[in-house]
Amino acid sequence: MKHSPRQIIDGFWSLLTGMRITLGQFFKPTVTVQYPHESLKMPTRFRGHIVFVRDPETGKSLCIACKACEKACPSDCIVVDGIKREGEKRKSVTDFKLDFTKCSLCGSCVEVCPTDALEFSRAYNLASVSKEQFHCIDLVKRLEQE
Amino acid sequence: MRFITLCVRTLAVSESNFISAAEHAGETFVLNLGPQHPATHGVLRVKLTMDGEYITRAEPVPGYIHRMHEKMGENRNYAQFLPNTSRIDYLSAMHYTHAFVGVVERAAKLEVPPRAEYIRVITSELNRISSHLVWFGAFLLDLGGFTPLLYAFDDREKILDLLEGITGSRLTYCYYRFGGVCNDIDDEFIRGTRAFLEEMRPRLKLYRELVTDNIILRKRLIDIGPISAELCRKYGATGPVIRGAGVPYDVRRSEPYSVYPELDFVVPTHAEGDCMARYLVRMEEMGQSLRIIEQALDRLPEGPVLGKAPKTVKLPPGDYCYAVEAARGRFMVRVISDGKEIPYRVKLRAPSFSNLSLFEEASQGMMLPDALAVMGSLDLVIPDIDR
Amino acid sequence: MNLPEPFRLLVFLLGTMAFVGANAAYLVWVERKGAGRFQRRTGPTEVGYAGLLQPIADAIKLMSKQLILPPGVDATLFRLAPLLVLAPAMMCFATIPFSETLVPRNINVGLVMVFSFGSIHVMAIMLGGWASRNKYAIISAARIVSQNVAYEIPMLLVVITLLMVTGTMNLHEIVQQQAGGFWNWNFFRLAANPLMPVTFIIFYICMLAETNRAPFDMAEAESELVAGAFTEYAGMGFGVFFMAEYANVVIGCSLATVLFFGGWQSPIGVLPGLFWFLLKLYLLVFSVIWVRWTFPRTQFYGLLNLSWKILIPLSLFILLLTSAVMKLF
Repeated sequence: MKHSPRQIIDGFWSLLTGMRITLGQFFKPTVTVQYPHESLKMPTRFRGHIVFVRDPETGKSLCIACKACEKACPSDCIVVDGIKREGEKRKSVTDFKLDFTKCSLCGSCVEVCPTDALEFSRAYNLASVSKEQFHCIDLVKRLEQE
Repeated sequence: MRFITLCVRTLAVSESNFISAAEHAGETFVLNLGPQHPATHGVLRVKLTMDGEYITRAEPVPGYIHRMHEKMGENRNYAQFLPNTSRIDYLSAMHYTHAFVGVVERAAKLEVPPRAEYIRVITSELNRISSHLVWFGAFLLDLGGFTPLLYAFDDREKILDLLEGITGSRLTYCYYRFGGVCNDIDDEFIRGTRAFLEEMRPRLKLYRELVTDNIILRKRLIDIGPISAELCRKYGATGPVIRGAGVPYDVRRSEPYSVYPELDFVVPTHAEGDCMARYLVRMEEMGQSLRIIEQALDRLPEGPVLGKAPKTVKLPPGDYCYAVEAARGRFMVRVISDGKEIPYRVKLRAPSFSNLSLFEEASQGMMLPDALAVMGSLDLVIPDIDR
Repeated sequence: MNLPEPFRLLVFLLGTMAFVGANAAYLVWVERKGAGRFQRRTGPTEVGYAGLLQPIADAIKLMSKQLILPPGVDATLFRLAPLLVLAPAMMCFATIPFSETLVPRNINVGLVMVFSFGSIHVMAIMLGGWASRNKYAIISAARIVSQNVAYEIPMLLVVITLLMVTGTMNLHEIVQQQAGGFWNWNFFRLAANPLMPVTFIIFYICMLAETNRAPFDMAEAESELVAGAFTEYAGMGFGVFFMAEYANVVIGCSLATVLFFGGWQSPIGVLPGLFWFLLKLYLLVFSVIWVRWTFPRTQFYGLLNLSWKILIPLSLFILLLTSAVMKLF
């Protein structure tokens, strides 16, 4: 390969251009967010793990234990159980367990729900020292505790 | 470079990257590149037989992250397999979902509302840009340049924010549904996308000045790792790899799908076939994707975004295919149905696998850093290879 | 300096060691902060104000780590290599004049001494790579030797050109010659050598290559050779290589300051010499960091081509030109 002086000067010039650009960026403000000290606004459609929607009238869950979510779930991580109480038109949920270790947050359960009883939570700081804590998230208990 | 071989031969130890007794006697030595190596960007292992710093044989050993996506497809119904598709190649999740919903729509003859088609094109192209930006950063990292990676991720972050706003996820979107998309896009997204288009054009100029014109990069890419169109055909390489060999093969043009025929864009090709050609093809594709998004936003029709689809999808018995142009090349889903809820067979044709398979032939006799430049220019995503 | 000679030497020895240690620690901080700014990040912020205690935390972490001796390595050489890298780097500081009075040892052949000790670290890194018995390390060791052989030549040719201008190898005298305004600095002495800025650029490139800094970090090349010759080193063994790298960068930049930018000479005649020396030195160090965070790595043979096909002919030409100019005028 021959190196003409022209090529060498052009090459050197391209290096200087690069250095000019990085120096320009050097004096611009940073773009990162210092996470634990400041955090971003979460989008409204954020997909956390699922939680029950509270019925504004009764304060209970809207779930009718139809098991549509159980069937729709690709990873078999939902177990639903319900009973039909007397005087009520629909079944009500007694047991709703989510195995979060298997959940891939695809949202099929929320989409398939006929009564819109499920929604995504905003929890993202999910960490624990034991995996048992995520084996079984009890949505019924969670709703009661809130 | 005989010196290295000589050194390796003088020291005789066994095991992986330590020097073995057999190598002590032979002319060459074996270098394990991976499964954990900074340049393979994942768990790919390449067994290199080296003579000094020259590669005499490079044997890719995939399979470290095999997750049986095809088998999983045969064990669940169509809707349940949908979330899997975004996880095959997590960097271009939209395209992969597109191929799968496409094959189901084609087989079940589902109508897709025009608005949904345009939204698919917009999100697909955004995803293509973000995927190319990751490649750009990772490729420069392979070549030893750190700063462009962070600039690329800065831009990519804007795309991820936009897509997160409408899909709820940042990487595995699972946004398309049989017969449309699951959420409509809002004004905020449209405004954000238009703003992004404005911001991205000067950034592409910045990349050109900082990286493409840089003499060090040009020396590292020009005439390195030529891959001919012949070799691409032999191994079925597609995407920017074959376009970098001068063949204008783009699924969006050769097997048109969605609303791509209505949109005006150029398929960038470079005939040289070296690393620089593949690099330039991808950089130009980003510009073309910006054009596509702009046109699609201008033409975006009103209307529903999700057409009528049966509650449980059942495909009539038969053999169906649907291909899309993913960021790395042609991704095709082939579904064989026996009329049940669950497919009989799902075949995923992943572009990275074919692109990797030509590496052995293309890297013959190369020096190690050049071979890594070639590997980077193939833009491999390891989960896409193993599926 | 009225101290007796042994005490004076002891003070300078301790001073040099402290200077090298502090430099290594805080240049890492500067590098991380600088890299952060170049990449629109903040760099370390958590430990201490603006992350200022981060290097100390890192040093404690490195020191508390086990020194792992991989099976089958040559134990003596493996342990010796970090020492052999750091010790000559410290020796080089012995002749560098920090100011008019602050010079550990004023030797007549100071320049030769710096270059001879500066070349030892190549051998030491090679030993480290060899002793590690790792293939990546050996490739790295072979690379570093041929790289340094290639770059010593243009560097020494450039230095010879300078010596013809200055007429002495005593660093102290070289700086004294450049007194009185910045136009007397060697960098601007175009009458003696019209290509002086080019000479400086060649020196600078060779300095980067000698100290294995990006874009010539062939020995480390983390995306190719994992960590090159240092792959098998853990804890402070690795830390010492790091210290030596920064010590070498500081030596390279001090030499450039002394040879081209008038050492402790002030351009405007205010403030003490030490201040100006350190200012020039750290501006050059900053430029080294700046270069590192801008460019991709060169190819190995590209680097050799650059040396043999461009830098050596160019520096030979400059040598001829300078001698012609000096003979004629």
